[in-house]
Amino acid sequence: MKRLIAILLVGVLGFFIFTNLYSEGNGKVFPKFGEVKISERVSDKFVKKNVNGNVTTVEYKVTKDAESGSANMVTSIVVNYRSFDTLGEVTVLFVSALGVGLLLSGKSRMKFKTPPNFILKAAVRVVAGIILITGVYIFIHGHLTPGGGFPGGSMIASAILLFYISDDEFKTKVKAFKFLEGTAGSLYLIFGLLGLTMGGYFLYNFIPTGVVGELLSAGIVPIVYIFVGLKVGSELSNLISDFLSEEGK
Amino acid sequence: MQIVEILVGITLLIFAFLAIESKKIINSIIYLSILSMLSVISFVFMKAPDVAITEAVIGSGLVTAVFIFTLFSIKKVGDKK
Repeated sequence: MKRLIAILLVGVLGFFIFTNLYSEGNGKVFPKFGEVKISERVSDKFVKKNVNGNVTTVEYKVTKDAESGSANMVTSIVVNYRSFDTLGEVTVLFVSALGVGLLLSGKSRMKFKTPPNFILKAAVRVVAGIILITGVYIFIHGHLTPGGGFPGGSMIASAILLFYISDDEFKTKVKAFKFLEGTAGSLYLIFGLLGLTMGGYFLYNFIPTGVVGELLSAGIVPIVYIFVGLKVGSELSNLISDFLSEEGK
Repeated sequence: MQIVEILVGITLLIFAFLAIESKKIINSIIYLSILSMLSVISFVFMKAPDVAITEAVIGSGLVTAVFIFTLFSIKKVGDKK
Protein backbone atom coordinates (compact mmCIF):
# COMPACT_ATOMS: atom_id res chain seq x y z
CA MET A 1 0.00 0.00 0.00
CA LYS A 2 2.75 2.41 1.01
CA ARG A 3 4.66 1.45 -2.12
CA LEU A 4 1.60 2.10 -4.29
CA ILE A 5 1.10 5.56 -2.79
CA ALA A 6 4.78 6.35 -3.35
CA ILE A 7 4.61 5.25 -6.98
CA LEU A 8 1.46 7.33 -7.51
CA LEU A 9 3.05 10.42 -5.89
CA VAL A 10 6.22 10.09 -7.96
CA GLY A 11 4.13 9.61 -11.09
CA VAL A 12 2.01 12.68 -10.40
CA LEU A 13 5.12 14.78 -9.68
CA GLY A 14 6.81 13.57 -12.85
CA PHE A 15 3.65 14.27 -14.87
CA PHE A 16 3.49 17.85 -13.62
CA ILE A 17 7.19 18.43 -14.20
CA PHE A 18 7.08 17.13 -17.76
CA THR A 19 3.80 18.76 -18.73
CA ASN A 20 4.98 22.11 -17.40
CA LEU A 21 8.39 21.86 -19.05
CA TYR A 22 7.36 20.56 -22.46
CA SER A 23 3.76 21.61 -22.98
CA GLU A 24 3.03 23.93 -25.83
CA GLY A 25 -0.05 26.03 -26.40
CA ASN A 26 -2.31 27.82 -23.98
CA GLY A 27 -1.77 25.95 -20.75
CA LYS A 28 2.01 26.24 -20.53
CA VAL A 29 3.63 27.54 -17.40
CA PHE A 30 7.28 27.84 -18.39
CA PRO A 31 8.15 29.21 -21.82
CA LYS A 32 10.58 27.17 -23.91
CA PHE A 33 14.27 27.98 -23.91
CA GLY A 34 14.92 30.75 -26.40
CA GLU A 35 11.32 31.91 -26.49
CA VAL A 36 11.54 34.07 -23.38
CA LYS A 37 11.13 37.77 -23.94
CA ILE A 38 14.13 38.88 -21.93
CA SER A 39 13.49 42.56 -22.54
CA GLU A 40 10.33 42.27 -20.42
CA ARG A 41 12.15 40.84 -17.41
CA VAL A 42 13.87 42.55 -14.53
CA SER A 43 17.00 40.44 -15.07
CA ASP A 44 17.63 42.28 -18.34
CA LYS A 45 18.25 45.45 -16.37
CA PHE A 46 20.70 43.60 -14.14
CA VAL A 47 22.52 42.18 -17.19
CA LYS A 48 22.89 45.66 -18.61
CA LYS A 49 24.22 46.72 -15.21
CA ASN A 50 21.68 49.42 -14.61
CA VAL A 51 18.44 49.68 -12.76
CA ASN A 52 18.17 53.45 -13.08
CA GLY A 53 16.74 53.41 -16.60
CA ASN A 54 19.45 54.52 -19.03
CA VAL A 55 20.27 51.16 -20.62
CA THR A 56 23.37 50.82 -22.78
CA THR A 57 24.93 47.65 -24.16
CA VAL A 58 27.71 46.17 -22.07
CA GLU A 59 30.79 44.82 -23.87
CA TYR A 60 33.28 42.41 -22.31
CA LYS A 61 36.64 44.00 -21.47
CA VAL A 62 35.50 47.36 -22.95
CA THR A 63 32.77 48.84 -20.80
CA LYS A 64 34.08 50.97 -17.97
CA ASP A 65 32.49 52.01 -14.70
CA ALA A 66 29.30 49.99 -15.00
CA GLU A 67 26.87 50.18 -12.12
CA SER A 68 27.83 46.84 -10.62
CA GLY A 69 30.82 45.84 -12.77
CA SER A 70 30.74 42.07 -12.32
CA ALA A 71 30.66 39.98 -15.50
CA ASN A 72 28.59 37.24 -13.83
CA MET A 73 25.01 38.38 -13.43
CA VAL A 74 24.25 36.05 -10.51
CA THR A 75 27.13 37.48 -8.50
CA SER A 76 26.10 41.05 -9.21
CA ILE A 77 22.67 40.26 -7.78
CA VAL A 78 23.80 38.13 -4.85
CA VAL A 79 26.71 40.24 -3.59
CA ASN A 80 25.94 43.70 -4.92
CA TYR A 81 22.19 44.30 -5.11
CA ARG A 82 21.19 41.81 -2.42
CA SER A 83 24.34 41.73 -0.30
CA PHE A 84 22.42 42.14 2.93
CA ASP A 85 20.57 38.94 2.05
CA THR A 86 23.92 37.16 1.63
CA LEU A 87 24.98 38.44 5.04
CA GLY A 88 21.85 36.81 6.43
CA GLU A 89 22.66 33.53 4.68
CA VAL A 90 26.17 33.53 6.14
CA THR A 91 24.63 34.13 9.56
CA VAL A 92 22.22 31.21 9.08
CA LEU A 93 25.17 28.96 8.21
CA PHE A 94 27.04 30.24 11.28
CA VAL A 95 24.09 29.51 13.57
CA SER A 96 23.67 25.99 12.19
CA ALA A 97 27.40 25.26 12.54
CA LEU A 98 27.20 26.63 16.10
CA GLY A 99 24.31 24.29 16.86
CA VAL A 100 26.20 21.27 15.51
CA GLY A 101 29.26 22.33 17.51
CA LEU A 102 27.26 22.67 20.72
CA LEU A 103 25.56 19.30 20.27
CA LEU A 104 28.31 17.12 18.84
CA SER A 105 31.77 18.49 19.57
CA GLY A 106 33.90 16.16 21.63
CA LYS A 107 37.48 15.72 22.70
CA SER A 108 38.64 12.64 20.81
CA ARG A 109 38.31 11.69 17.17
CA MET A 110 35.99 8.97 15.94
CA LYS A 111 37.93 6.02 14.53
CA PHE A 112 36.73 4.12 11.47
CA LYS A 113 36.17 0.38 11.74
CA THR A 114 38.44 -0.37 8.79
CA PRO A 115 41.60 1.76 8.79
CA PRO A 116 42.24 3.72 5.56
CA ASN A 117 44.74 1.97 3.29
CA PHE A 118 47.81 3.23 1.50
CA ILE A 119 46.21 3.81 -1.91
CA LEU A 120 43.59 6.13 -0.43
CA LYS A 121 46.23 8.06 1.51
CA ALA A 122 48.47 8.57 -1.52
CA ALA A 123 45.59 9.45 -3.83
CA VAL A 124 44.19 12.01 -1.41
CA ARG A 125 47.57 13.74 -1.15
CA VAL A 126 47.57 14.14 -4.93
CA VAL A 127 43.94 15.17 -5.31
CA ALA A 128 43.37 17.38 -2.25
CA GLY A 129 45.80 20.07 -3.37
CA ILE A 130 44.06 20.39 -6.71
CA ILE A 131 40.68 20.60 -5.00
CA LEU A 132 41.96 23.30 -2.61
CA ILE A 133 43.35 25.39 -5.48
CA THR A 134 40.12 24.97 -7.46
CA GLY A 135 38.11 26.15 -4.46
CA VAL A 136 40.28 29.23 -4.04
CA TYR A 137 40.06 29.93 -7.79
CA ILE A 138 36.28 29.66 -7.72
CA PHE A 139 35.80 32.17 -4.93
CA ILE A 140 38.38 34.65 -6.24
CA HIS A 141 36.84 34.57 -9.73
CA GLY A 142 33.27 34.61 -8.44
CA HIS A 143 32.46 37.86 -10.25
CA LEU A 144 33.77 36.62 -13.62
CA THR A 145 32.80 32.94 -13.89
CA PRO A 146 29.99 30.85 -12.40
CA GLY A 147 30.58 30.04 -8.78
CA GLY A 148 31.43 32.23 -5.85
CA GLY A 149 31.97 32.18 -2.13
CA PHE A 150 29.60 29.40 -1.16
CA PRO A 151 30.69 26.70 -3.65
CA GLY A 152 34.35 27.70 -3.33
CA GLY A 153 34.23 27.51 0.45
CA SER A 154 32.48 24.17 0.43
CA MET A 155 35.09 22.86 -2.03
CA ILE A 156 37.80 23.75 0.49
CA ALA A 157 35.78 21.96 3.17
CA SER A 158 35.53 18.88 0.94
CA ALA A 159 39.35 18.83 0.62
CA ILE A 160 39.56 18.89 4.43
CA LEU A 161 36.96 16.09 4.48
CA LEU A 162 39.21 14.00 2.22
CA PHE A 163 42.10 14.50 4.66
CA TYR A 164 39.84 13.39 7.51
CA ILE A 165 38.76 10.23 5.63
CA SER A 166 42.24 9.26 4.49
CA ASP A 167 44.10 9.77 7.76
CA ASP A 168 42.99 8.35 11.09
CA GLU A 169 45.15 10.76 13.08
CA PHE A 170 44.37 13.94 11.13
CA LYS A 171 42.98 16.73 13.23
CA THR A 172 42.79 20.31 12.01
CA LYS A 173 43.92 23.17 14.10
CA VAL A 174 40.39 23.94 15.26
CA LYS A 175 41.37 27.16 16.98
CA ALA A 176 42.91 28.58 13.80
CA PHE A 177 39.78 27.73 11.84
CA LYS A 178 37.52 29.36 14.43
CA PHE A 179 39.71 32.47 14.34
CA LEU A 180 39.57 32.58 10.52
CA GLU A 181 35.80 32.16 10.55
CA GLY A 182 35.26 34.98 13.04
CA THR A 183 37.71 37.32 11.29
CA ALA A 184 36.22 36.80 7.84
CA GLY A 185 32.68 37.36 9.14
CA SER A 186 33.70 40.52 10.98
CA LEU A 187 35.56 41.88 7.94
CA TYR A 188 32.40 41.45 5.86
CA LEU A 189 30.51 43.56 8.40
CA ILE A 190 33.35 46.11 8.54
CA PHE A 191 33.20 46.52 4.73
CA GLY A 192 29.46 47.03 5.06
CA LEU A 193 29.99 49.74 7.65
CA LEU A 194 32.70 51.38 5.47
CA GLY A 195 30.10 51.57 2.72
CA LEU A 196 27.69 53.12 5.19
CA THR A 197 30.18 55.88 6.05
CA MET A 198 31.32 56.51 2.46
CA GLY A 199 28.20 56.03 0.33
CA GLY A 200 25.36 56.33 2.76
CA TYR A 201 24.11 52.73 2.45
CA PHE A 202 25.07 49.60 4.35
CA LEU A 203 27.27 47.43 2.06
CA TYR A 204 27.50 50.23 -0.51
CA ASN A 205 29.86 49.46 -3.42
CA PHE A 206 32.31 52.31 -2.75
CA ILE A 207 35.37 51.08 -4.70
CA PRO A 208 35.42 52.06 -8.43
CA THR A 209 34.10 49.18 -10.53
CA GLY A 210 36.69 49.21 -13.33
CA VAL A 211 36.48 47.42 -16.67
CA VAL A 212 33.94 44.60 -16.94
CA GLY A 213 35.70 41.21 -17.17
CA GLU A 214 39.01 42.02 -15.47
CA LEU A 215 40.09 40.39 -12.23
CA LEU A 216 40.19 43.64 -10.27
CA SER A 217 36.75 44.91 -11.17
CA ALA A 218 33.31 45.05 -9.56
CA GLY A 219 34.46 47.06 -6.54
CA ILE A 220 33.90 45.32 -3.22
CA VAL A 221 32.28 42.23 -4.78
CA PRO A 222 35.46 40.07 -5.12
CA ILE A 223 36.69 41.19 -1.69
CA VAL A 224 33.39 40.27 -0.06
CA TYR A 225 33.32 36.95 -1.92
CA ILE A 226 36.82 36.10 -0.67
CA PHE A 227 35.61 36.71 2.89
CA VAL A 228 32.47 34.65 2.29
CA GLY A 229 34.56 31.82 0.81
CA LEU A 230 36.99 31.76 3.75
CA LYS A 231 34.13 31.90 6.24
CA VAL A 232 32.09 29.14 4.60
CA GLY A 233 35.17 26.94 4.13
CA SER A 234 36.32 27.18 7.74
CA GLU A 235 32.76 26.85 9.02
CA LEU A 236 32.01 23.67 7.07
CA SER A 237 35.42 22.22 8.01
CA ASN A 238 34.55 22.81 11.67
CA LEU A 239 31.18 21.16 11.08
CA ILE A 240 32.84 18.07 9.59
CA SER A 241 35.32 17.85 12.46
CA ASP A 242 32.40 18.11 14.91
CA PHE A 243 30.62 15.27 13.14
CA LEU A 244 33.74 13.10 13.37
CA SER A 245 34.38 13.63 17.07
CA GLU A 246 33.03 11.79 20.04
CA GLU A 247 32.88 12.56 23.71
CA GLY A 248 34.37 10.46 26.46
CA LYS A 249 36.87 7.67 25.83
CA MET B 1 19.21 17.29 -26.82
CA GLN B 2 15.65 17.08 -25.59
CA ILE B 3 15.84 13.26 -25.56
CA VAL B 4 18.83 13.42 -23.21
CA GLU B 5 16.96 15.82 -20.94
CA ILE B 6 13.96 13.50 -20.76
CA LEU B 7 16.24 10.49 -20.12
CA VAL B 8 17.98 12.34 -17.28
CA GLY B 9 14.58 13.30 -15.87
CA ILE B 10 13.33 9.71 -15.94
CA THR B 11 16.50 8.37 -14.27
CA LEU B 12 16.13 11.12 -11.66
CA LEU B 13 12.64 9.83 -10.86
CA ILE B 14 13.86 6.21 -10.77
CA PHE B 15 16.68 7.00 -8.36
CA ALA B 16 14.36 9.10 -6.18
CA PHE B 17 12.05 6.10 -5.96
CA LEU B 18 14.96 3.74 -5.20
CA ALA B 19 16.22 6.09 -2.47
CA ILE B 20 12.87 5.88 -0.71
CA GLU B 21 12.36 2.19 -1.22
CA SER B 22 15.76 0.59 -0.54
CA LYS B 23 16.00 -1.56 2.60
CA LYS B 24 19.50 -0.54 3.69
CA ILE B 25 20.02 3.11 4.68
CA ILE B 26 23.52 3.17 3.19
CA ASN B 27 22.05 2.25 -0.20
CA SER B 28 19.55 5.07 -0.11
CA ILE B 29 22.35 7.52 0.79
CA ILE B 30 24.25 6.39 -2.32
CA TYR B 31 21.08 6.72 -4.41
CA LEU B 32 20.61 10.27 -3.09
CA SER B 33 24.18 11.06 -4.11
CA ILE B 34 23.51 9.73 -7.62
CA LEU B 35 20.29 11.78 -7.67
CA SER B 36 22.11 15.02 -6.95
CA MET B 37 24.81 14.16 -9.52
CA LEU B 38 22.07 13.70 -12.14
CA SER B 39 20.39 16.92 -11.08
CA VAL B 40 23.74 18.65 -11.72
CA ILE B 41 23.40 17.53 -15.35
CA SER B 42 19.86 18.81 -15.56
CA PHE B 43 20.89 22.14 -14.00
CA VAL B 44 23.53 22.51 -16.71
CA PHE B 45 20.83 21.79 -19.32
CA MET B 46 18.68 24.49 -17.75
CA LYS B 47 21.62 26.92 -18.08
CA ALA B 48 22.23 27.46 -14.38
CA PRO B 49 25.97 26.73 -13.94
CA ASP B 50 26.13 28.51 -10.58
CA VAL B 51 23.53 26.20 -9.07
CA ALA B 52 25.17 23.20 -10.76
CA ILE B 53 28.55 23.85 -9.12
CA THR B 54 26.95 24.34 -5.71
CA GLU B 55 24.85 21.20 -6.08
CA ALA B 56 27.87 19.15 -7.22
CA VAL B 57 29.94 20.16 -4.20
CA ILE B 58 27.33 20.29 -1.44
CA GLY B 59 24.62 17.89 -2.65
CA SER B 60 26.73 14.99 -3.77
CA GLY B 61 29.88 15.60 -1.74
CA LEU B 62 29.42 17.11 1.69
CA VAL B 63 25.82 16.08 2.41
CA THR B 64 26.59 12.45 1.52
CA ALA B 65 29.60 12.52 3.84
CA VAL B 66 27.58 14.03 6.68
CA PHE B 67 24.83 11.42 6.21
CA ILE B 68 27.36 8.57 6.25
CA PHE B 69 29.11 9.89 9.37
CA THR B 70 25.73 10.20 11.09
CA LEU B 71 24.90 6.63 10.08
CA PHE B 72 28.22 5.42 11.53
CA SER B 73 27.64 7.16 14.86
CA ILE B 74 24.06 5.85 15.08
CA LYS B 75 25.36 2.30 14.57
CA LYS B 76 28.01 2.77 17.24
CA VAL B 77 25.45 3.77 19.86
CA GLY B 78 23.32 0.79 18.86
CA ASP B 79 26.24 -1.60 19.30
CA LYS B 80 26.87 -0.55 22.89
CA LYS B 81 23.52 -1.79 24.16
